[in-house]
Amino acid sequence: MAEEQTETTVIVGAGHAGGMLATTLAQKKYPGRVLIVGDEPYLPYQRPPLSKDYLAGDIDLDKLYLKPQETYDKAGIDLTLDTRVEKIDRDSKSLKLANGADLAYDKLVLATGIQMRVLKAPGSDLNGIHYLRTISDVQKLRPELIEGHKLVIVGGGYIGLEVAAIAVKRGVDVTVLEAMDRVMERVTGPDVSAYFEKRHRDAGVDLRTGAKVAGFEDNGSGHVSAVTTESGEKFEATTVLVSIGIMPETALAEAAGLDCDDGIVVDEFTRTSDPDIFAIGDCTRHKNLFYSDAKRLEAVSNAVDQARATASVLCGEDKAYDAVPWFWSNQYDIRMQMVGLSDGHDDSVMRGLPDDDSFAIFYLKNGVVISVDAVNDPKSFMAGKKLVAARATPDKNQLSDTSVDLKTLT
Amino acid sequence: MPKITFIQPSGETQEVDATTGVTIMEAAVDAMVPGIEADCGGNCICATCHVYVEKEWLSKLPDPEGDEEAMIDYTADPQDNSRLTCQLQITDELDGIVLHVPESQY
Repeated sequence: MAEEQTETTVIVGAGHAGGMLATTLAQKKYPGRVLIVGDEPYLPYQRPPLSKDYLAGDIDLDKLYLKPQETYDKAGIDLTLDTRVEKIDRDSKSLKLANGADLAYDKLVLATGIQMRVLKAPGSDLNGIHYLRTISDVQKLRPELIEGHKLVIVGGGYIGLEVAAIAVKRGVDVTVLEAMDRVMERVTGPDVSAYFEKRHRDAGVDLRTGAKVAGFEDNGSGHVSAVTTESGEKFEATTVLVSIGIMPETALAEAAGLDCDDGIVVDEFTRTSDPDIFAIGDCTRHKNLFYSDAKRLEAVSNAVDQARATASVLCGEDKAYDAVPWFWSNQYDIRMQMVGLSDGHDDSVMRGLPDDDSFAIFYLKNGVVISVDAVNDPKSFMAGKKLVAARATPDKNQLSDTSVDLKTLT
Repeated sequence: MPKITFIQPSGETQEVDATTGVTIMEAAVDAMVPGIEADCGGNCICATCHVYVEKEWLSKLPDPEGDEEAMIDYTADPQDNSRLTCQLQITDELDGIVLHVPESQY
């Protein structure tokens, strides 16, 4: 028997961040025990394909898993799935699980992810109104996407539009109701929004912007039959998907008295206000050394990079989070890759043309490239990653000139 | 069951038992091969599953095309034998393939 008990790290949340952290610790030969507690019945899985290939039925469930069970077994990672954590007791450094068990920790990592923003409107509790966050959600939605059905999607963000693309291809009559005056308003610029609006309309989607939902009508037996808007329009529906954004899942952290501010507040080493508790992924409002202010991001890149920062701290290396975030979306044959955050840009440059179905927008602030949205243009994305990370100040004319090799710009 | 050998920049080697029908990236990730980051999960978005293929095996692989070809060029240190493992399906013909993990994926 070892004389000294090794450290126990418990990860709450079996999502991308939690799963990544556990296996990164194993890769780094972390000497302590690692346990993951997750409230879904699945191994840690990737969420981006849920509204893409998995919803379309192009990939099987096992392709979603970050790793097979065998990998966790070999690495000695203990998984407790389908189990909610009810409470964190910071004094005794233990968790109360929904199955009644207590679980002691030396280090705790909250990777609790997000909860859906719920639309409250008359009729919003009718049957046939879906949300999309989990594998189970997709398994309920997918059978509804059949020819002849009428799907109304509330919210023209990434997820709503990805679902629209898949549904319309399956012969579903699709309407998208976006409350703002353009789709993906929060995450991209007007040129990109306009391109996607056109592509969806060309594909047969009835896409409405400035359309605010007033309520849902009942078919007489408790199932949704239509969505009404504030302007008095009515859209028939056999199925509704509400995708109007998310909120960070901070309930456990807040109840435990950890600092929260639209996200669990963490520093660049992913430490919360309790030195033995860390938080990573979508649930955090975090410091990233690349940016001067705290960010809350909904992104795999952030989940993975924060997991790496936590792993480095737990292994005594203390590598701060300083990576530039990136994102992607697939709709029809369009692959959009994005890097950086365009908030606060004062200029933008287009490279290529939307009419050619391949272009990129470079967003600049004081001449510095801060973000790139690349549509079917992986070169601009890859080059953009380097330009943003280097805080490059390339000449605008060269940036827009497709005959100029982006690798030559600084 | 095809075997894949990954050689780290340090010279350390790791042999991975792979199954056909998955990608080399998936086999590497499942076996936790260091340096195959695969941040995007195999969607050919991030180019962090880059390897250098031992020259004698290059001809057994289909040529890179589309996004893979476009993105390889922008990895940290692209070479003639650079590939993204998320785009390489494992087949019986690849039994014994040797791949070199780059110094960095970023």
